[in-house]
Amino acid sequence: MTKHIGDVILDVQNISLRFGGVKALTDISFNVQEHEIRAIIGPNGAGKSSMLNCINGVYTPQEGSITFRGQTFDHMNSRQVAEMGVARTFQNLALFKGMSVIDNIMTGRNLRMKSNLLMQALRIGPAENEEIKHRERVEEIIDFLEIQAYRKTPVGQLPYGLQKRVDLGRALAMEPQVLLLDEPMAGMNVEEKQDMCRFILDVNDEFGCTIVLIEHDMGVVMDISDRVVVLDYGKKIGDGTPEEVRNNEEVISAYLGTSH
Amino acid sequence: MQTTFPQLLLAHATQRPTAPAMREKEYGIWQTISWQDMATMVTHMACGLHQAGLKRGEHMIVVGSNRPRLYATMLAAQSLGAIPVPLYQDAVAAECVFPMTNAEVRLCVVEDQEQVDKMLEVRETYTALAHIYYDDPRGLRKYDEPGLGSVDELLAAGAVFAKQHPNFFKEQVDMGKQDDVAAMFFTSGTTGNPKGVVHTHSTLIDRAQAGAEFDHLTSNEDVLAYLPPAWIGQNIFSYAQWLVAGYVVNCPESAATVTIDLKEIGPTYYFAPPRVFEGMLTSVSIRMEDASSLKRNMYKYFMRLAKKVGPKRMDGESIGLFNSLMYGLGNLLVYGPLRNNLGFSRVRVAYTAGEAIGPDLFTFYRSIGVNLKQLYGSTETAVFVCLQPDNQARADTVGVPCRGVEIKVADNGEILVKSPGLLKGYYKNPEATAEVLTADGWYHTSDAGFLDSHGHLKIIDRVKDVGRIKGGSNDGAMFAPKYVENKLKFFPHIKEVVAYGDQREKVCVMINIDFDAVGNWAERRNLPYAGYTDLAQKPEVYELIKECVEQVNADLAEDELLAGSQVSRYLVLHKELDADDGELTRTNKVRRGFIAEKYQPLVDALYGGLTTQFIETVVKFEDGRTGSVSATLQISDAKTFAPVKAAA
Repeated sequence: MTKHIGDVILDVQNISLRFGGVKALTDISFNVQEHEIRAIIGPNGAGKSSMLNCINGVYTPQEGSITFRGQTFDHMNSRQVAEMGVARTFQNLALFKGMSVIDNIMTGRNLRMKSNLLMQALRIGPAENEEIKHRERVEEIIDFLEIQAYRKTPVGQLPYGLQKRVDLGRALAMEPQVLLLDEPMAGMNVEEKQDMCRFILDVNDEFGCTIVLIEHDMGVVMDISDRVVVLDYGKKIGDGTPEEVRNNEEVISAYLGTSH
Repeated sequence: MQTTFPQLLLAHATQRPTAPAMREKEYGIWQTISWQDMATMVTHMACGLHQAGLKRGEHMIVVGSNRPRLYATMLAAQSLGAIPVPLYQDAVAAECVFPMTNAEVRLCVVEDQEQVDKMLEVRETYTALAHIYYDDPRGLRKYDEPGLGSVDELLAAGAVFAKQHPNFFKEQVDMGKQDDVAAMFFTSGTTGNPKGVVHTHSTLIDRAQAGAEFDHLTSNEDVLAYLPPAWIGQNIFSYAQWLVAGYVVNCPESAATVTIDLKEIGPTYYFAPPRVFEGMLTSVSIRMEDASSLKRNMYKYFMRLAKKVGPKRMDGESIGLFNSLMYGLGNLLVYGPLRNNLGFSRVRVAYTAGEAIGPDLFTFYRSIGVNLKQLYGSTETAVFVCLQPDNQARADTVGVPCRGVEIKVADNGEILVKSPGLLKGYYKNPEATAEVLTADGWYHTSDAGFLDSHGHLKIIDRVKDVGRIKGGSNDGAMFAPKYVENKLKFFPHIKEVVAYGDQREKVCVMINIDFDAVGNWAERRNLPYAGYTDLAQKPEVYELIKECVEQVNADLAEDELLAGSQVSRYLVLHKELDADDGELTRTNKVRRGFIAEKYQPLVDALYGGLTTQFIETVVKFEDGRTGSVSATLQISDAKTFAPVKAAA
């Protein structure tokens, strides 16, 4: 039952990010190895989402570099990141509420389509064949996520837990090598969390995806991740296996507080 | 006809190789499997199972929902002269141990990871289980338990073997005889261990044919297979009759998509227990209440008309020109779209059985033009005993005996059946067999009932459950618990009822509200509630239920025989009765005795005249963990009526 963890795929070095005088991240370094589940945890405002946004190319850090598969960048560009095989899901769901589940997941295939907008709109040239091919992949994802019953339901009508699943589906549609999950279990009930955990483990296992996730539920984090980075006030205060992190004095005081 | 199921398969594959045999929805598209494909799959499967060591006469387990490859597995086992034993996919591991030990199973084919996990759990106690094959490999990649393999591997190995031994499969099929055992079905049983009902090819095929002749089924029918294949009803409809009539069986994508798939397929031959029809009607009613007033009024108007003339029309009686025209208009505006929405546009024959169906529910479907009928039968009779002819469907009878069936009512009111479809016996249980199957060839159904003046069979209750009121004003009156329970259950707000009264001076009931229906009802009245337990104990809900109980009492008062069964006291339970807690059987029938023991304080309170009672109950969750629910329940009295003497 052991899984094979490979070389470093993503290496973050000395990242600092400031918004005016606010230091969101200060000198953060950590790496992600191929095939692992890497969690980023920390109290509210610790800079977890900012960290993802730097990797994702949404924010440009003032200092530091990010190395992805041997290529080093001082800042990332979102499109470039996506093309390199990094997909993400969002903390506050950024789905197209009025569109069906299929269409939402299809948007994740967009980067892989070769026909242009005009061809797609008029269904000419290779557009139709291409759509069929991509739809096949989307159906596999729908099957994987067990949302067959909601294929044609507008996403806005689905319960929150299912919307989260669609969000994951759209990210998976990119066939990413690295998947960034921003609080995939926020706001879910126990059962939905269990389902989501299973999907994350299966994605990691069956699709061979490397996963970086931000999560608040410590039970989940300790259960499914291979290594954990702990941030507090934009600084890294811990890094290691769940066991190591759990026993780290600084982490305990950040979470439970200390007497001064 | 001298034949077996595998021989029927080969006949279809030879005569109409390209005709569709099954469809399975996968990746959003209905994938067709032709008879030729099916025969090839079965050949490879049989060869694979042969190599895995499956012997003639040996039992093997099949567990899962309706999947073509699981049906192929049953055919493959029968081809080799082995006996497939389908088990319920939602049974927990402990429930599977007995059947598997009883049948000495070494090999099983299951659907997915969930079932594999269950079989591995079974193997901890029943170590003889050597091989477990799974259809869907999802989540199983990292399993390395001994004896675990995929159906894909089995088929691939079988294909190689079939190539090396091209005549093997045909020879094996030819060796099959119609009196060989074809399958074994475990009946859930309200008490004790389940019993394995043994059927031969001839009993199943004969009954499948009798049913097919009765309704003139052809190879053009479309059937949706969505009930557990371990239940003989589903087995007859999507296996025995499938092979006999050669129609198309459609397998839905998953349990959650059944309603969508039903709409897409539009079956011509449909079967469902009453609860499914009830669920559909409930969802229609709820949605109509939310519809715009124009639609709602149109629906109300035409449903009133349908109720008045629809059933007559179905029975082929004249309804007059005006009514015909109005019904036609209604068909265009309401009935047609409604049938389409329910997936019944093409239904030619629809059956319901297993439980009594409410008259309102039954009439609803017939009035909108769905040819819904009832049938009577059981696992032991290979289903078909009585069926209702197209134009003689009644809510309170179960039809006339079909071809080959003789019916006799014993002195104690028990219905006795003689038919070519009777079981061969209970597996390794001669005592139980002797109890139901007497030397003179009659099968004792243990149902109490009678044939009415039109020759239709009417069922009252189980013979052993029919009791007597003892003491009080109704001393000695007949008490038919199920009859009372069913009457109450016909109200949409009531989901489950348990009635007590045998050897007691009055009848008391415990009621489960229907959470959807009552929840909706409460929302409409701005009645806040925190959950099931809270809603169940609302005084308003008690009033609602009281109306139902008193309505039933008024009905019962009109029936001289059963007037003594009127309900004096009732309470609404704080939790839903559940098969996982042992309160219902796997086919969702209440286990009265078990419930009486488990809720002893409540029964005592009902008869002790108390008005409230505290109860704490242990509940079992689907994953095997337990928790507890507690509540203080109200107990309420209901008005009873003096028996109405039938007017001379």
